[in-house]
Amino acid sequence: MATIGLHEVSKVFPNGHIAVRQLTLDVENGELLVLVGPSGCGKSTVLRLIAGLETPSSGRIVIGGRDVTSEPPQNRDVAMVFQSYALYPHKTVRENLAFALRVRRVDPADIDARVKKTAAALGIETLLDRKPGQLSGGQRQRTALGRAIVREPQAFLLDEPLSNLDPVLRLGTRTELALLHRRLNATMIYVTHDQEEAMTLGTRVAVMRQGIVEQLAPPLEIFRRPANVFVAGFVGSPAMNLWPAEVTQGRLKAAPANIMEMAAASDGPVTIGVRPHDIDLVAQGDGDGSGDVEIVEPVGATTVVHLRVDGLADQLIRVAVPADTTVRVNERVYFRLRRDRLHLFDARSGARMTDVR
Amino acid sequence: MRGRWTFAAGLCTVAIVLPLLWAVLASVTPEERLFTNTSLVPRGLVLDHYRALFAGRDFWTPIRNSLIVAGTTTLLSVALGAVSAYALARLDFRGKTPALAFVLAVSMFPQISIVSPLFLLLRELRLLNTYGGLVLPYLTFSMPLAIWLLVGFFRQLPADLEDAAMVDGASRIRTLWEIVLPLARPALATTAILTFLYSWNEFLFALSFTLGPERYTVPVAIALFRGQYQVPWGEILAGAVVATLPVAVIVFAAQRRIIAGLTSGAVKG
Repeated sequence: MATIGLHEVSKVFPNGHIAVRQLTLDVENGELLVLVGPSGCGKSTVLRLIAGLETPSSGRIVIGGRDVTSEPPQNRDVAMVFQSYALYPHKTVRENLAFALRVRRVDPADIDARVKKTAAALGIETLLDRKPGQLSGGQRQRTALGRAIVREPQAFLLDEPLSNLDPVLRLGTRTELALLHRRLNATMIYVTHDQEEAMTLGTRVAVMRQGIVEQLAPPLEIFRRPANVFVAGFVGSPAMNLWPAEVTQGRLKAAPANIMEMAAASDGPVTIGVRPHDIDLVAQGDGDGSGDVEIVEPVGATTVVHLRVDGLADQLIRVAVPADTTVRVNERVYFRLRRDRLHLFDARSGARMTDVR
Repeated sequence: MRGRWTFAAGLCTVAIVLPLLWAVLASVTPEERLFTNTSLVPRGLVLDHYRALFAGRDFWTPIRNSLIVAGTTTLLSVALGAVSAYALARLDFRGKTPALAFVLAVSMFPQISIVSPLFLLLRELRLLNTYGGLVLPYLTFSMPLAIWLLVGFFRQLPADLEDAAMVDGASRIRTLWEIVLPLARPALATTAILTFLYSWNEFLFALSFTLGPERYTVPVAIALFRGQYQVPWGEILAGAVVATLPVAVIVFAAQRRIIAGLTSGAVKG
């Protein structure tokens, strides 16, 4: 296992599209780093740069202390799991697993033993003589994982490995991946567009947008202290409420709660953020504001209520309430924001402002 | 509507099959009855024409020549075509698009316009009346065909497979050999059949660049059956039937391989 370092790596495609901008990233030994972001943010390109399938336009890539920037993929000793699985369709599962070892001229008896051991660990030992066309989606996914594991590489690169599975299977496989990471103690880089996957799997999470890492931190840190408006809106489900407000003379003026006693560093327009779970429905008179219920979405343990709030005409405020709360559409409700869970961002730059209390 | 289509399809089939049937029947009809018997129902069949073909004329030599020339052309154009097409489909290099256009342009010259220059060239190279003297000109026509067919096929193979193989440690060549070519078998078979058909049937070059019966190919040999005072139609048709056989056998043998969807299960969707 090894560390992976990217130093000011940029990737500009021939058509002029800048996929990655001046990216510096250090992945520690044994870490599972998740790259998450909307489609087109450059996360898959980062993975392909590390694998050697793309050449960086500038910058350096170091794997295990060795500069591999100009090395082809064959010499990098990393394994990759593709979103499409990319199993060799004309080879059996056994041959798929053995291929990389055979290419590396591993002793045939040794190959056989390692393939069997890996297959047993993944529960696919009965499928070894089948071809990919005869496997279910989950079995193909395991085979793709097995093909990576059997090599015992320096690092694993996983490109949306769960996105082709149905939801139930996806959750189960996610847990297995976490177990696998712990058991192998392997360096892994995991690309996904699913923020929930990122939060549950990552040792650290890098949120990317337009080729830039917007924030790199442990999952809870990202959830609790998003570095900017983009991260705040991208991470968390249902998404954080964000609306414009104003700071004058050190006092925050936000629409639903007219004046909240809060110290804010500098005057000017701000964006205020509060997660749906950090808003409570209260009795009339206790709240910061009121609104009419527009939509009620039961999602199991909680219900998400969308409110049309006085003073915020063009935007609905999402509130997560316990599922046993009875709320009806068109009802007028009163709510209160948890003061210690408010996020303030600079309206111009979008950056997080000093924590408010 | 459906009935009309069936009728049209039937008509086409008859139009294609009838001349073939006629040729087969004529080849086993005695010479003296060829132009008197217009019945489609065969009777009084003889193998005289075939006997004359192989005993009287040594038809084996042109068959052997054709097999060697068409076989070599097919092997070379599939092998070289696959490698060239893979490079054109997957590698990044300067002048790729012009190269493809050039390959196509080469095949656009009318054959008759290059016969004379090719004759002079082959004479200088002392390749007239040799197998090489036919295989080389055939390649100029079959390679563009092979390259264009295979480039199209390689481009639609999922690139992930090759990426996976290279991350697994395989070189480009090994990836081509172990991953791409096995998956390209249907396309390779199609290319091989078309190339073989073309080289087997080719007449103009074969007529111009061979000088004696020891190098005649099947079409040339059949064309030269015609004597000064008579045309031996029976033998010509027997020769045509014999010439059709290997082609028919190859097409039927390869048909299944062409249809089989070999890439199923590689990637989702």
